[in-house]
Amino acid sequence: MPGSDSTAHRSKSRRPKYSQFSQQELPAFKLILTPGYVISTFIVVGLIFVPIGLISLFASETVVEIVDQYDNECIPKDFRDNKVEFIKNKQTNKSCTRTFTVPKQMKSPIFIYYQLENFYQNHRRYVKSRSDKQLQSKKNAAHIRECKPMGETDNKDPIIPCGLIAWSLFNDTYGFSVKGKDLKVNKRDIAWGSDKNYKFGADVFPKNFQVGDVGGKSLNSSIPLSEQEDLIVWMRTAALSTFRKLYGKIEDDLQANDVITVVVENNYNTYDFKGTKSLVLSTTSWIGGKNDFLGVTFITIGGICLFLAITFILLYVIKPRPLGDPSYLSWNRNSTPTPGR
Amino acid sequence: MAGNRRKKHHFSRIHAFSCGKTSFKGDHSLIGGPGFSRVVHCNDPESFEASVLNYSGNYVRTTKYTLATFFPKALFEQFRRVANVYFLICAILSFTPLSPYSAVSNVLPLVVVIGATMGKEVLEDWRRKKQDIEVNNRKVKVHCGEGAFDYTKWRDLKVGDVVKVEKDEFFPADLILLSSSYEEAICYVETTNLDGETNLKLKQALDATSNMHEDSNFQNFKAIIRCEDPNANLYTFVGSLELEEQQYPLTPQQLLLRDSKLRNTDCIYGAVIFTGRDTKVFQNSTGPPSKRSKVERRMDKIIYFLFGILVLMSFIGSIFFGIATREDLQDGKMKRWYLRPDDTTAYYDPKRAAVAAVLHFLTALMLYGYLIPISLYVSIEIVKILQSIFINQDLHMYYEETDKPARARTSNLNEELGQVDTILSDKTGTLTCNSMEFIKCSIAGTSYGRGVTEVERAMARRKGSPLEEEVTEEQEDKASIKGFNFEDERIMNGSWVNEPHADVIQKFLRLLAICHTALPEVDEENGKISYEAESPDEAAFVIAARELGFEFYERTQTSISVHELDPVTGTKVERSYSLLNVLEFSSSRKRMSVIVRSEEGTLLLLSKGADSVMFERLAENGREFEEQTKEHINEYADAGLRTLILAYRELDEKEYKQFNEEFTEAKNSVSADREELAEEIAEKIEKNLILLGATAVEDKLQNGVPECIDKLAQAGIKLWVLTGDKMETAINIGFACSLLRQGMRQVIISSETPESKTLEKSEDKSAAAAALKASVLHQLIRGKELLDSSNESLGPLALIIDGKSLTYALEDDVKDLFLELAIGCASVICCRSSPKQKALVTRLVKTKTSSTTLAIGDGANDVGMLQEADIGVGISGVEGMQAVMSSDIAIAQFRFLERLLLVHGHWCYRRISSMICYFFYKNIAFGFTLFFFEAYASFSGQPVYNDWFLSLYNVFFTSLPVIALGVFDQDVSARFCLKFAFPFVTVPSVIPRRCTEYPV
Repeated sequence: MPGSDSTAHRSKSRRPKYSQFSQQELPAFKLILTPGYVISTFIVVGLIFVPIGLISLFASETVVEIVDQYDNECIPKDFRDNKVEFIKNKQTNKSCTRTFTVPKQMKSPIFIYYQLENFYQNHRRYVKSRSDKQLQSKKNAAHIRECKPMGETDNKDPIIPCGLIAWSLFNDTYGFSVKGKDLKVNKRDIAWGSDKNYKFGADVFPKNFQVGDVGGKSLNSSIPLSEQEDLIVWMRTAALSTFRKLYGKIEDDLQANDVITVVVENNYNTYDFKGTKSLVLSTTSWIGGKNDFLGVTFITIGGICLFLAITFILLYVIKPRPLGDPSYLSWNRNSTPTPGR
Repeated sequence: MAGNRRKKHHFSRIHAFSCGKTSFKGDHSLIGGPGFSRVVHCNDPESFEASVLNYSGNYVRTTKYTLATFFPKALFEQFRRVANVYFLICAILSFTPLSPYSAVSNVLPLVVVIGATMGKEVLEDWRRKKQDIEVNNRKVKVHCGEGAFDYTKWRDLKVGDVVKVEKDEFFPADLILLSSSYEEAICYVETTNLDGETNLKLKQALDATSNMHEDSNFQNFKAIIRCEDPNANLYTFVGSLELEEQQYPLTPQQLLLRDSKLRNTDCIYGAVIFTGRDTKVFQNSTGPPSKRSKVERRMDKIIYFLFGILVLMSFIGSIFFGIATREDLQDGKMKRWYLRPDDTTAYYDPKRAAVAAVLHFLTALMLYGYLIPISLYVSIEIVKILQSIFINQDLHMYYEETDKPARARTSNLNEELGQVDTILSDKTGTLTCNSMEFIKCSIAGTSYGRGVTEVERAMARRKGSPLEEEVTEEQEDKASIKGFNFEDERIMNGSWVNEPHADVIQKFLRLLAICHTALPEVDEENGKISYEAESPDEAAFVIAARELGFEFYERTQTSISVHELDPVTGTKVERSYSLLNVLEFSSSRKRMSVIVRSEEGTLLLLSKGADSVMFERLAENGREFEEQTKEHINEYADAGLRTLILAYRELDEKEYKQFNEEFTEAKNSVSADREELAEEIAEKIEKNLILLGATAVEDKLQNGVPECIDKLAQAGIKLWVLTGDKMETAINIGFACSLLRQGMRQVIISSETPESKTLEKSEDKSAAAAALKASVLHQLIRGKELLDSSNESLGPLALIIDGKSLTYALEDDVKDLFLELAIGCASVICCRSSPKQKALVTRLVKTKTSSTTLAIGDGANDVGMLQEADIGVGISGVEGMQAVMSSDIAIAQFRFLERLLLVHGHWCYRRISSMICYFFYKNIAFGFTLFFFEAYASFSGQPVYNDWFLSLYNVFFTSLPVIALGVFDQDVSARFCLKFAFPFVTVPSVIPRRCTEYPV
């Protein structure tokens, strides 16, 4: 505005200060994709990825995994047409025996999982239906706002643990024996340490749980939630509708051709929603459980890179063209000669 | 006293057309009526009557917000953006069970984004506030009773205060001039801040108040001013002053406007009539038209497109969700029993699955909101501000001589610089320096002056002659005097006395020294004289006269004093001419004259003007040198010079007496056509002139202009020159700045043809206009044919059109043809165009070709063009600040345009577009993972990520890389940008292409 500028600029120069930064002259590097760079990059990537893939595949191969889907087989033949009725009937004998052979030696620890399919633990209603506050501390017993409709009994007593997740706790059980000898199943330390120590309170005991409408497994009301590892595992909801959850560990080695007999208590209702149930025994290696995907992916990517490298080399040899030829630029292709002098 | 009166009388005659006596007829009868209700109690602002009126104080506020209005106003501004409204709705909905996220995590990003933008507003407003505080606290002397004046802050001024403003101070409010330190109560005012004109304007107080020269005079001064209500018109004012029961009319001649400056006058006394927001300058201040860049407009479209995808995705999800929910409970049998579909809320109710689906749709809209980048606008703003800082900091666009760096005044057009397709340029002051240099003259049929003009040099270069080197050597040893580049030993240093027509030369130089309206300013230290002139041309003449021995050193209201070289004695003598009348310059008259009486008592009419009007006014016996002079003028015009014809005439007493009577009567008449009347009478006396010669001044090209234009042409940018100059000069300048090249075929559309001249003279105006239009149309069609038939080998076309033809060419039915022709031409020059035509041409190009236009100019006459164009670039040069104030970017020299467009424009455009693409890419890539997960979660609306991770994703985790790309990325270095001036590509083809660089 008036006056201010005429006096201001006489006193000091308004010349901008020089610095490489302010003049945008900082040294910069931009990789130009010359055939040399491109081909060697592809070769290097290929050469690294293919071996990694082979190693991963090999590691995955060493893992011994036994999967046994039993949801259909564990229904007596008479009930095959009406599985839902069988599973809902409290009178029926739910025990069933499964046998399978160990294909290769399995070193301990052998992990026991149950695998469910088509079970939406990731449904928004389901995921939200829990009270972390209530699980954490005794004093938050009445904190059941999110738990509807499994928040309180008909007498308005809060259910501990409340919510649909806890209510639908998986309740099949497995008993293992080899050559007539029972295998001990260790069910401790199958849940996350942090869950046990912080999220599930040692002073919170189940109360009013599975009273009335029974969904899944009942809990021993004299054991605090932090010790109820089956519950803790179950409450860490799965991201996808097909998932495995850890049941326990067998801490004995199993030899090849050992025949394992499993007595399954088939209690859990997956028949309503046409889900499947499987029992999984698996050892681990450094890449975890059996997983070919990682190895295959590495090999595929590495293979594509090598293929491209070879293609480019051939192209470069058979039909080379000078680098940075401006006549290939889009605006030169039609008519005008190169701009600039 | 009587003598005083006489002088005053004379003086009012000098400025014949700008002031005159007005009576209470006409406008003044309106006073007191509606729109003219203001009553000012001079020198008595505390009185009861004055306090009843309750006019606002002189406190001014240019800030956008006050404490109270900040929140509502700023928030309103923010939520005018569609994206922000969407996020606001999401934030509100997030407090309901509909929300897939927790409320806090949903609100926080919005708060951050809105907060950041509002923070920027606060910062900008704070700067304005500081300026306000500075202005409001300036001090001015105010009459505080008992004839004493004391300093008061501007803000405390009240309507009716009498203030004393001293030399070189700004007026604190709109004042009525009461008296000044001059006897005649005149004062000089500089209005650069208002209209960009650098010349001084003369104001004069009423006779009734003019005798109060002392502070003490105001002890008992009381007057009542009645005048119009505050309005925005700078050039009109109607009011009356009531002093001692007598009414005196007030005109704009007594009005001193706020923000103009007192010059060449020791002090003035004035009464405050309009304060603060009521002042004319504030009434005039409107925000510049807000311009949005094309990329931004396109970005809005992409956002709408994304919003469409969002709705589509939500819709698909809702259908699946609805189906899954309905199937959960059929015939009383639960499917997914663990969800308890038998005991549920409306959100999951299988019995009312349709309702659940609709509610889910809302949830999904929020869930997939990450498709729409919430922080995009704020990031772009940050990036643009940082880019502008880089532009401001660029040393290559800093002009040492005037100490002016480039200044990006609006940052939101940075990337537009990279898409400029057509540049519309002013000539004077933009391509040229606007410092006129007296370089040649033709006296008595002999041409003097050996200087070589830029144009001649360019011509020589084209022809490959070695003239160039010679000249540069010559230039170095020449002592430079600003405005004077004349080199001829025949008349310099007083040797003109030996020339054949020494008497004519003497008259010629005397005329240069006398016939003007410049004011001398004597430097008290070294006695050197500098001049304040209305135009640089005039200054060049007075300086030339001084350098050639006729030093004009004093102007009073009635006389002009000159140090003259006496041809007989060879010594300097002082001569004083009494100034009788000034017949001022106007664009219709194209000439100015003065009538003086020399010391010997002869009456002289000295006149200078354009050749078109002067030759026809020569007397039969005054045409002695006509042929040679005409020849010389053509030569000068070819050399790109501005020429004026000088002529004089001796008047006899009787003739003058008659003229003076008629003239005085005419200018004192009250009719509306007063000026025309006066012009007519002036016309009568400006005839039978005797030709003395012609002058030629050069408006030098700025440094580096031809190279810059070359570069821009290489980059495929079209340059149109819109100038007020005549066609020959424009064409020559066109050659000089390599806008026109040898081998270009010129299509000249002109109304200056002999036929059209005769048409004009005919009685029937409308028929003449129709015929002229037909002729223009015919010329256009011929040009178009040439364009259509032309093959490359014949060379590109150049269109040159003059102002009068342009008037017809811009009419609705012709303008498409004109534009087609103009677009097909490599260069376009419009000469003799008015400011309005400049703006019209700009608008035509902008709207009809939908290409990006850039207007560049330096004067107040370019303002319309600057505001009309997509980008207005102001040259901060000689012609005041008006153009800069209304520009988007200000640079000091035309040649900086090259760097601005080719380097900064290129970078900014690339940066902004890749940044926007990057932004959309990261958001789409992220948003789609949410959608894909839904397919695995039976579309229940469960987000795959943690709430806080989601909300911080945009505002925090991914903002810096994008901003860094937008600020620093350089595809090629500045050197290569300039070396290979890339043809610019238009937006539609670029954005999709750039986007494919990123896998989506």
